Formats: sequence, C-alpha cells, structure tokens
Amino acid sequence: MEMIKTQDLTFTYPGAEGEGNTRALRGVDIEIERGSFVVVLGHNGSGKSTLAKTFNAVLLPSGGKVYVEGMDTADEALLLEIRRRVGMVFQNPDNQIVANVVEEDVAFAPENLGVPSAEIRKRVDDALEAVGMSKFVKHAPHLLSGGQKQRIAIAGVLAMKPECIVLDEATAMLDPVGRREVLAAVEKLNREQGITVVLITHHMNEAEHADRVIVMNDGIVMMDGTPREVFTRKKELENIGLAVPDTVSLLFSLREAGMDVPVDAITVEECADVILKNLT
Amino acid sequence: MLKDITLGQYFPGDTLAHKLDPRTKLLVTVLYVVALFTAKSYIAYGLLILTLVLAVRISHVGAKALFKGLKPVLFIIAFTALLNLFYTPGTELCRFWIFRITVEGIRAAITMMLRITLLIMGTFLLTYTTSPIRLTDGLESLLNPLKKIRVPVHELAMMMSIALRFIPTLIEETDKIMSAQKARGADFETGSLMQRAKALVPLLVPLFVSAFRRADELATAMECRCYHGDEGRTKLNVLHYQTRDYLVLGYYLAVVVVVIVLR
Amino acid sequence: MEEIIRVENLTHTYGEGTPFCRSAVQDMSLAIRRGEFLGIIGHTGSGKSTLIQHLNGLLKPTSGRILLGGEDIWADPKKIRSVRFRVGLVFQYPEYQLFEETVYRDIAFGPTNMGLSRDEIDRRVREAARFAGLSEDLLEKSPFALSGGQKRRVAIAGVIAMEPEVLVLDEPSAGLDPQGREELLANIRAYHRERGTTVVLVSHSMEEIAKNVDRIIVLSDSHVLMSGTPREVFARGDELMSAGLDVPQVTRVAMKLREGGLAISPDVYTVDELSAELIALKRGGGRAC
Repeated sequence: MEMIKTQDLTFTYPGAEGEGNTRALRGVDIEIERGSFVVVLGHNGSGKSTLAKTFNAVLLPSGGKVYVEGMDTADEALLLEIRRRVGMVFQNPDNQIVANVVEEDVAFAPENLGVPSAEIRKRVDDALEAVGMSKFVKHAPHLLSGGQKQRIAIAGVLAMKPECIVLDEATAMLDPVGRREVLAAVEKLNREQGITVVLITHHMNEAEHADRVIVMNDGIVMMDGTPREVFTRKKELENIGLAVPDTVSLLFSLREAGMDVPVDAITVEECADVILKNLT
Repeated sequence: MLKDITLGQYFPGDTLAHKLDPRTKLLVTVLYVVALFTAKSYIAYGLLILTLVLAVRISHVGAKALFKGLKPVLFIIAFTALLNLFYTPGTELCRFWIFRITVEGIRAAITMMLRITLLIMGTFLLTYTTSPIRLTDGLESLLNPLKKIRVPVHELAMMMSIALRFIPTLIEETDKIMSAQKARGADFETGSLMQRAKALVPLLVPLFVSAFRRADELATAMECRCYHGDEGRTKLNVLHYQTRDYLVLGYYLAVVVVVIVLR
Repeated sequence: MEEIIRVENLTHTYGEGTPFCRSAVQDMSLAIRRGEFLGIIGHTGSGKSTLIQHLNGLLKPTSGRILLGGEDIWADPKKIRSVRFRVGLVFQYPEYQLFEETVYRDIAFGPTNMGLSRDEIDRRVREAARFAGLSEDLLEKSPFALSGGQKRRVAIAGVIAMEPEVLVLDEPSAGLDPQGREELLANIRAYHRERGTTVVLVSHSMEEIAKNVDRIIVLSDSHVLMSGTPREVFARGDELMSAGLDVPQVTRVAMKLREGGLAISPDVYTVDELSAELIALKRGGGRAC
C-alpha cells in the first residue's frame, strides 16, 4: 500500500474581500511509495506547500481525497493517527519549538500521545541520536543555530515513531551549512530506518539524491520522474521559473556544440567524470 | 544588549536547594510568607531570619547577588519605613516640624523593613534555584485539584511555559526590528515622552504582527505533533517528592506553628 | 577608484567582562571603493553581520575606526544618525519590519526621518518603488496585503528612498525562489548602473556573488581571508574550501577536471567560460597536459 495517495485533489484558498479565491491545487493525482525519498519542486506559488499540508490534514481537500496508508484525511476520528504517521517539519525553525529545554521539546509529541514516562525518555534519547544532537539534550533550543533547531524539530517528529516525514521548505531559511546538516539527517533516516521522506523545496540541488522528483506548477504536477529524467528538461524548467544546476547547464552547452555527453550527470563528480571520458 | 536579561534571575546549579521538588519550594515560600506576616515576637523574627540564612546557605547564593535582588525595592522599603516611622500613633519620643516619632513607630518601621526584606529575599531564592519551566510544572501540579472545579490548569500552565520559552526569542526580534528601524533613521532615545511613545510604533507594530504569525505557526506545529489538550497527556519528567522534600516541608511547618504560638 | 568607506583595524567584542565575551570581528581592515559593486562572503560566525552594522554606525567599535568619505563616523557621536542616511542597510528578511498603513508611507519612513519636504519625499518614494520593481498601484495598499516577495521589495525601497551613498544588502534574496532571486538581483544591478550608488552585497551564495559583483571580500573567523575580483578569488578555490566556504559548482567541476589532467584555466567560474574552454579543447584534439 502506498504511504500517501491523492485522488483528483483540489484546494482553493478563500480570497480576501474584493479578490477572487486562489486555486492552489487543481487536480493532483500522485502516490508516494513507502520508504521512498521524494522531492517536490516548484516556484513559490506553484502549490507545493499547499500539497504538503494536505498530507497530514493541516489542510483538508476542497475536492478529491487524500489517503494516508488507506486512511482518509477528512475523517476526524483518524486525525491523531494520521498525524502520528505523517510528521511535518516547517520552514521557520523558531516557530515549532515549544519548550525551553531540548529534551522537553522532543518529548512534546510522545507526551501528547500518552506514552509512559520511561518510554518517552528512551524515545527522546533515540531521536536525538538519530539526528546527531545527543549532546544538546539539556540545552536551551533558542541558542542553537538554524540547522540545529531544524534537527531538533526532526527529532521531535521522530519521537512519534512516524512512517513518513514531510519537510515543508524546511531548509529555506537556513544557511548552506544548516541546509547540508538537515539534508544529511533526513537522508540518513530514509536510508537506515526506511522512513518515507517528502521534501518540499525550490532548491534543485537538494534533489540530487532523491528517488523521485515531482515538479509542481500552477497547481498541477508538471513532471514526475527520477532526478535524471527531470533535470534534463532544462528549457521547460526554466520556463516555469526553476533553475537547473550549473552542471546540467554546462552539459547542455557542450552538447549543443556537438560534444556527445549525457546531460543527466547532475552531481559535480559525475559531471566531471563524463567530460573527462569524452575528452581523454 | 537586550539579550543580557535573564528572567527571574535563575542560576543553574547542583545545590540541595536546586534539587528540591519545585512544589516543595513553592509551598515553603508560601508558608514563609504566612509566617512573616503572622510573626509578632522578637524570637519569631529571629527564627525567620535564621531560616532565611539557612536557605541562603543551602542555595549557595552570594551575598552580593542577594542584595542586588533588593535594589529594585529599596525605594519601597525606605518609603514604607518612613511612613510607619512618622505616622504610627503612640508614646511620643521626639518631634520636629510636622513629624512625630513614637516608640511604636520605630518598632513598626523596623518590623516592616524586616518583613519586606525577608519577603523579597525569600522569593528571590525561589526563582534563583528553580528554572521557570520547573516552576510552571510545580505550579501546574499543585493546582491540579482545581481541575475538578473546571479551572483550566493545564491550559494556563501551557500558556505560561510557551510564553517563557518565547521571551528570549521575542527579545532577539525586538533587537532586530529596532536595528532595522534605526537604520532608517528612527530615534528611540531622544525627544519628549510623547515623541518617544510615537517612536515605538515602528517597533510595536511589526512585533505584534510577528507575534500573531508565530502563534499561528506554533499552534499548527503543535497540532501536527498530536497536541489535543490535557486529555491523556503524560510527562517526560514526572515530579516526585523525596525524603529531603518532606524534611524541608516539615521544618517550615514547624516554623509556622512556632511563630503562631509565640504571638 | 577612490574609497568611500574605510574600515581600520576594527575589533568588536561582545559581552566584555562577562563569561560570554567573544570577538566577532578582530582587527579587520578593508576598503570599499566609490561606485563599486562589492560582494562580501563568509560563513555564519565569520563576522559578517557585525561588520555591516558598523558600516552605518549601528554598532560602536570596541577598537578601530570607520571612515566615511575620509571622516571618522564616531567623531561626533551625536551626529551618528546622519551616517545611517548616507549608508543604507537592508537586513535579512527585511519584510518583517514593515509597519505603516500603506506601502507609500512605509517607504517614506526613511525620507521623513531625514526631514525632507513633502515633494521631495514623494519624488523619492516613487523612484525607489520603481527601482525595487514595485508598480505604482501597490503604493496605496497595505503592506500586509502583499506577497512575501513584494513585501521584501517594499522594505528595500524604504532604504533606497533615503538615496544613500552606499547601499548594503544582507542576503537580499534569502528564501526567494530562483526566478524571484534573478529578478531581484536584476533590479539591484539596474539600480547600481543607473544611480552609480556603491552597492555591497552580503551573501552565502557563491553563485550569486560570482554573477553580480566587481570585487569580492572573503571573511572567515572574524578576519578578512582574501579579497579581489571574482576571478582572483575563485582561482583560490582550495583555500576557500579549507576555510569551510563553498565554491561555485562550475569552479568545483573545473577543479576536478584539472585533477583529471585537463588544462583548464584556474580562474574559470561561469558555465559559459568553462564550456568555451572545453569546446576549444575538444576542437584542439582532446587531452592537453
């Protein structure tokens, strides 16, 4: 069974007075497989963030359905279970921290779920270890860097023992170091614990190691495939306001000049490799 | 700059006082205050001063910090003392101009000064040895029985702890907004009271807007982590009374009894 | 080119006398030339934010001097406000400082504080809005009714409206999507070209800096690590990487190609340049080294 499935999903934000409604999602049908690492790309306003918020019932569909492991997100009785299974990390690191001490913040979710005290302790320690923040257990979260705060947020979600973690532009406000830390943390969780990861972003290079890339534009899915498949559609991506990594631009440029190089060597290493092969 | 403010002057430590259950500390502070205001005889006051000294010793508070805690209230102490000194009826000792000093006046002034000083020092010790979070936990636990009469104890405690958590964040944000507005020529320092109040608008509006946005985002984040009120909620750190708590509570109860008896 | 700002042996220490004492900037000296488009790069903790707050007198040096137009800005501390009108500083995520009822009035905040006439303020507001890419019909709207990207432009317009001699922008494109980023930087470039204002762009993104500036200053660990044209700086890619800084993707590809034996110029940092060199190599017969 898929982790998440949407069926003809539409969502409309009610408009302010005198303005029309905004149709953020105009019919989305996707299935997210368990254990996969999916990146959802799109410019601001493409609907990618709205889509993410329907995955754990923060937003309910205006039309169509969203299923989490078969459970309908519109079913109120299942709300808590759905949110336990699909955890979410948000963009602003500060506005998801509830407590004054790291361990208390990570404990927040299991406390809400009525987990016994001793078990909470174990979950908190395990979660912090999984994101590499064990030594900060008694620290004050507001003194941490952006990347560290986001990792605490991830730990807070992990403590619920979720099946899936959705990161809603969780790296947008971070510096390059923080971004790397967060990506490394979720890649590790996906690899080692089989947690499904859905990463919403507008940074192409974050999709380098994904299993699948979904490109949103104007409320619909425009492209859906492996990073290699998607990145090579350079013109289309540029038309909708996204930029391919420089490596891909370079390969395209070489190809246009007649060199026989593949355009899907997206990482620096791969790109250099194929060029060297061609020239030596 | 503004970042240097630490709320309630909590200093982390490993003393006996730090290790006491926060509920114990809250209760004994209340008991101490009751004793302070019921005390009449000199022996009673002596006992109360002794108790404070003991408390200071086991919290390892420096005398300097303790007296710094008194600074804000020095004016009130002086004012109350003078009021009592000059306006208590009784056996006159001396008089000059419109002021009369009586024996009772002197005694009242001294007792008032003593009471306020000991009161401030006592509560200072409470906040010095107990982190805001622990205080809130302790308060929530003590007030729990009130849930039976529908007092929203959990909600109030949650509000308090979230407020405490955001104080440093909001201070940081205030700093940033002030810098940004100063960079456009805002002047928060000079001018009449009226001018300075107006100058606060570019600071307060963004701060409020931001606070509302934060609240909204935080609420969503909390719900995504399955927050649904008090029902079925457990805690990571459960409060447990230890032997030392019972001993300390016992001691303070005894002090109260003695003080009452000595009236 | 003459200098407009000179930083002389600047040291800034936070929390002196407390256990949290630390120097965010240590003995830093640099010069900003009149009319240039300068980029400042440094990782978090390198002293970037502290440095730029000294440029407009928001922070006072623990030691050292800041010279604007040859004069110490702290010579008369009472006049420090006037420095802020000459050196405009746009902070990160500036949209969080908007407060007025209309976009027009928010942009007018700076000029109003300068005590200018109504006509002059009006002229400046409209021109600033134009430079920031805001259409006139937005002027009468509430800033809170705008999108994030538009709000940011309002905030930037608010500083441009002071017509500063130097405009310092701290990560102006942070959080914007690629298209938004491109558009905003194009606006800033156009502003630089048309007005000739000295522009200082502080950024994390090597690619962004590389594509836009005349000269780069690299900060690391509260010191100046190196300075020079983009070409000169990226030629020292190894040093940058050891300092924990990122280097443009293209430069990293070039480095790998050189390791693999190809004769690529050490200072290549754009796609077009590298592409041209590779094509030339191919036409010239492949391997050369």
